[in-house]
Amino acid sequence: MPEIRRRLPVVAAALLAAALPFLLDDFWLQTGLFTMAAVVGAIGLTLLVGVAGQLSLGHASFAALGAYTYAWAVGETDGRAAGIGLPPVLGLVLAGVVAAVAGALFSPISGRLRGIYLGLATIGLVFLARHLMVNLQGATGGFVGRSVEPFSVPGFSFSNNDPDYLAVAGVQFEGLHRLWYLFLGVVLLAAWLGRNVKASRTGRALANVRDSETAAASTGIHVARAKATAFVISSAYAGVAGALMALAYGRIAPDLFGLQLSIDFLVMIVLGGLGSIAGAAAGAAFVVILPLVLTQYSSDLPFLASPGSGGLDAATLARLLYGAAIVAVLLFLRGGLAGAAGRLRRRRALPDPDDPPPAPPPPAGTGASPSAPHPDVPTRSKETSS
Amino acid sequence: MSYFLTQLANGLSYGLILGLIAVGFVIVFTSTGVLNFAHGSVLLTGAYLVAVLHDPIGFWAAVVVGIAGAALLGVLINAVLVRNLAEANPGTAAILMLGVDILLLTELTRRIGNRVLPIGAPWGADVVTLGGVTLPTSRAVAAGLAVLVFGLLWFLFARTGFGVAMRAAAADGDTASLMGIRLSRTGAAGWALAGALAAIAGIFLASFPAPGVAPALAISAFAAIPAWVLGGFDSVVGAIVGGLIIGVVTALAVGYETQLHFLGRGLGEVVPYAVMILVLLVRPSGLFGREEAVRA
Repeated sequence: MPEIRRRLPVVAAALLAAALPFLLDDFWLQTGLFTMAAVVGAIGLTLLVGVAGQLSLGHASFAALGAYTYAWAVGETDGRAAGIGLPPVLGLVLAGVVAAVAGALFSPISGRLRGIYLGLATIGLVFLARHLMVNLQGATGGFVGRSVEPFSVPGFSFSNNDPDYLAVAGVQFEGLHRLWYLFLGVVLLAAWLGRNVKASRTGRALANVRDSETAAASTGIHVARAKATAFVISSAYAGVAGALMALAYGRIAPDLFGLQLSIDFLVMIVLGGLGSIAGAAAGAAFVVILPLVLTQYSSDLPFLASPGSGGLDAATLARLLYGAAIVAVLLFLRGGLAGAAGRLRRRRALPDPDDPPPAPPPPAGTGASPSAPHPDVPTRSKETSS
Repeated sequence: MSYFLTQLANGLSYGLILGLIAVGFVIVFTSTGVLNFAHGSVLLTGAYLVAVLHDPIGFWAAVVVGIAGAALLGVLINAVLVRNLAEANPGTAAILMLGVDILLLTELTRRIGNRVLPIGAPWGADVVTLGGVTLPTSRAVAAGLAVLVFGLLWFLFARTGFGVAMRAAAADGDTASLMGIRLSRTGAAGWALAGALAAIAGIFLASFPAPGVAPALAISAFAAIPAWVLGGFDSVVGAIVGGLIIGVVTALAVGYETQLHFLGRGLGEVVPYAVMILVLLVRPSGLFGREEAVRA
């Protein structure tokens, strides 16, 4: 039964997430929506960074593209910003497609540069995107941004009306509750697709390119195309994540999609463990929830000063914990949260007759083996160059 | 014409300051393989020390402390954090530096608050005029000093044993190590040099026409990233040339913004990155980079 046991945590997490709207108040629901939007982006980035070994600091620009594509495609033209009034489902798909196309347009660079060099080059995209967001006022609303039409399918809106009153098991389902399930669906789809990409022929080719471009090329993998493919897939994820962010915020502006968002995405997957989809989700939850919770409950924490007084306020503490978490994980936790969880599981599990015994970790210095010794063991994050 | 020359002079002096920062990126990268995202907060630390200390101990003493402090900070980051990474590779090191940058920047932002600390430099808000070209004195001093610093760097790398050791370590660390070069020392020297260069750049970036030391100063190190990438990731000369190109293009884009209105507002912020992407499209390893700039 190892198959079922392996799936159990995922199923339990999904069921728990489905039950949460019955228990949580609006603050936590909103936080959950932001988290799930970030999870989608983080899964996409972990496919690029963790599996293909390519760094990107430009994902905020693809998220922005997705967000504005959604807002433009679904919105109606009014005095402030243009729109073409497509059905929202189409808008969500279009967000991913447009971001993927933009990622493909970047392939002359993303296919040729490798690792951190690509990371540096993609910083430029964030500033280009900001310039476009501010200046293409007709579509984006400029500095002040534009509002986002709520999601809907014919006869049902994911907002507070239409139907105006909807209750499930005595809990009134408002826009936040309804969006929760939409987001959960997208997250599960994104995780499932991501897992399949990782395990597919493409994914193994990408891991091969990550471990050694020369070896990959000698086995017939088109290295530049593989790197560009990883970038396109990852951009599509970022585009959908951006559209979800737009839905969660209800209003988007250029400041939401700065370099900080790119860094946040990267930090999420590093904390979680590069290449691990569950790790990306955990990292996203930490990065999104920490500042929101500290700000929300700052009055209950006696050691916090009020903002602007020069003392330790909630926002400052959140930033310090965020930075310290990055440093601590990188210094002490090989493979991030996913790596630590894998080690813990292996240490606890007694040898099971159904399971092959876990292979010993490869000796230090040899780099990661391209195939994981055990499906449960997350691939050790690789050496970008060795 | 004199308007054009003024813009050009401004761009060149700004480009030389960017060059100081970009050379720091190159030296840290070649000596320890780290993409130093904390460079901006090291720069801010140096400038902050000068701004806080110039009143009690005098400007020039404060400059010495600021430069030494930034250099020491760089050495400490390398010794305490970078060398203790659980998985030492360029990717994790880069992300570690993002974390260090967040920590340093948060603390400095808390100390500075929303004040703008004057740097207290003797050149103040003076300008020099030469043949119709007007330049802030701080920028003229910066340009002269940057050229002097680059000359000293050339002397270090070309004419001293230690500089040659650093170049050997950058070219091939393993072989250099076998030849008896201590990589820990060349690495520490690289970080110290980069920190000192950043502090010098920070002092001038906080001088007139800028109002003073504020947390946003750390962002200005990001403006040197296009210069660094443009020049090739591992070339000191490339970083200086890249700085000059970015400086001049930025100054011209800002100076002629009214004529370039069709490209949108705020052109000066995006032009460095646009130039960088255009150059990378043609030459993926930059203008002066080795064809495959991967440290094997």
